[in-house]
Amino acid sequence: MKEHLFKYTLHLADNALILGHRNSEWCGHGPALEQDIAITNISLDLIGQARNFFQYAAALYGNRATEDSLAYLRDARDFTNCLLTEQQNGDWGKTILRQFFMSNYQSLLYDQLQQSKDEQLAAISAKALKEVTYHLKWSNEWVIRLGDGTDESHARMLKALNDLWPYNGELFIPAPYEVQAFEEGIAPDVKTLKNNWLNKVATIFEEAKLPVPKEGFSQTGGKTGLHTEYLGYILADMQYLQRTYPNNTW
Amino acid sequence: MIRKFYYGDIPEDAGSGGHAPSKDARSGGNTPSKNTGKDWPLWEVFVRSKQGLDHKHMGSLHAADAEMAIENARDVYTRRMEGVSIWVVESKHLHASNPDDAASFYDPANDKVYRHPTFYELPDELSHM
Repeated sequence: MKEHLFKYTLHLADNALILGHRNSEWCGHGPALEQDIAITNISLDLIGQARNFFQYAAALYGNRATEDSLAYLRDARDFTNCLLTEQQNGDWGKTILRQFFMSNYQSLLYDQLQQSKDEQLAAISAKALKEVTYHLKWSNEWVIRLGDGTDESHARMLKALNDLWPYNGELFIPAPYEVQAFEEGIAPDVKTLKNNWLNKVATIFEEAKLPVPKEGFSQTGGKTGLHTEYLGYILADMQYLQRTYPNNTW
Repeated sequence: MIRKFYYGDIPEDAGSGGHAPSKDARSGGNTPSKNTGKDWPLWEVFVRSKQGLDHKHMGSLHAADAEMAIENARDVYTRRMEGVSIWVVESKHLHASNPDDAASFYDPANDKVYRHPTFYELPDELSHM
């Protein structure tokens, strides 16, 4: 087995799973019925992407690993999702902003991954890109609506921006497995996605009347298993059933 | 008190609930759309299930503007491959017949069978009918 290919695939899966899980916490709590359905749809898209990546990772790993064992039986230190995805939902504005940052990133990443030498990753990315394109359109409009909305919504977006901005840098700082994957033509160099990402964010922020913060300090560690305090709680919630009743199915 | 509105007759303050009906509850159809209350206006959704077919009324939903209404419609009504095209229109812009008029509107057509083409006998020479 190519270890870095496995690790890289797992990283993509974890990003999608944890963000999907975070969004799913809105299920039944959305600000309006229609938006409840929208955010839950996006959760399902992301968890679907996670499944595709997990299934591939399980096949690479062999040894009776399954998509479920990878999702439900690994500990926090084994998860390699970016810190941004595990941040708390906060209010609707913060959830939107987190989605906006990630969708921008995923759309650039999946677009490049379509050309991956690894056919499986290329195929999964091509399929996921269509979904992400909609997530991006949806979150773009919400960022504009809230940023350029009322004084209250503008202030909340500024606060969310302040909270989330330090977690964006990590997206573009490659982990060792990303470097190896890039060198073999499996993955794009995430460093090169940064300018494009910043431009896209700045374009929408201008319309949303939000300032683009200075680059500043980046929180890192998620990609190598060093997480913020929140991931443990997410996993406790997500993995409780499998941990308490091993191999239970429903 | 229950307020009853017909399509096209939804006044600006509909949705705020609990207030006395406004005087012009039956004539508020053509005021410009304005989201004054905390509730978003209501939109009617029409979906075309495949190319060549008509858009069909699917239901209604709330949204702040047309763009959001289309996205909401996409999420609410086309999750299971139901559509290839979506129309939305704010409910207040639809005007509807009044159910109370049913007797005078529709019943008179009941006994006028000659309005159906099948009422007429066609000469044998006519083909392709």
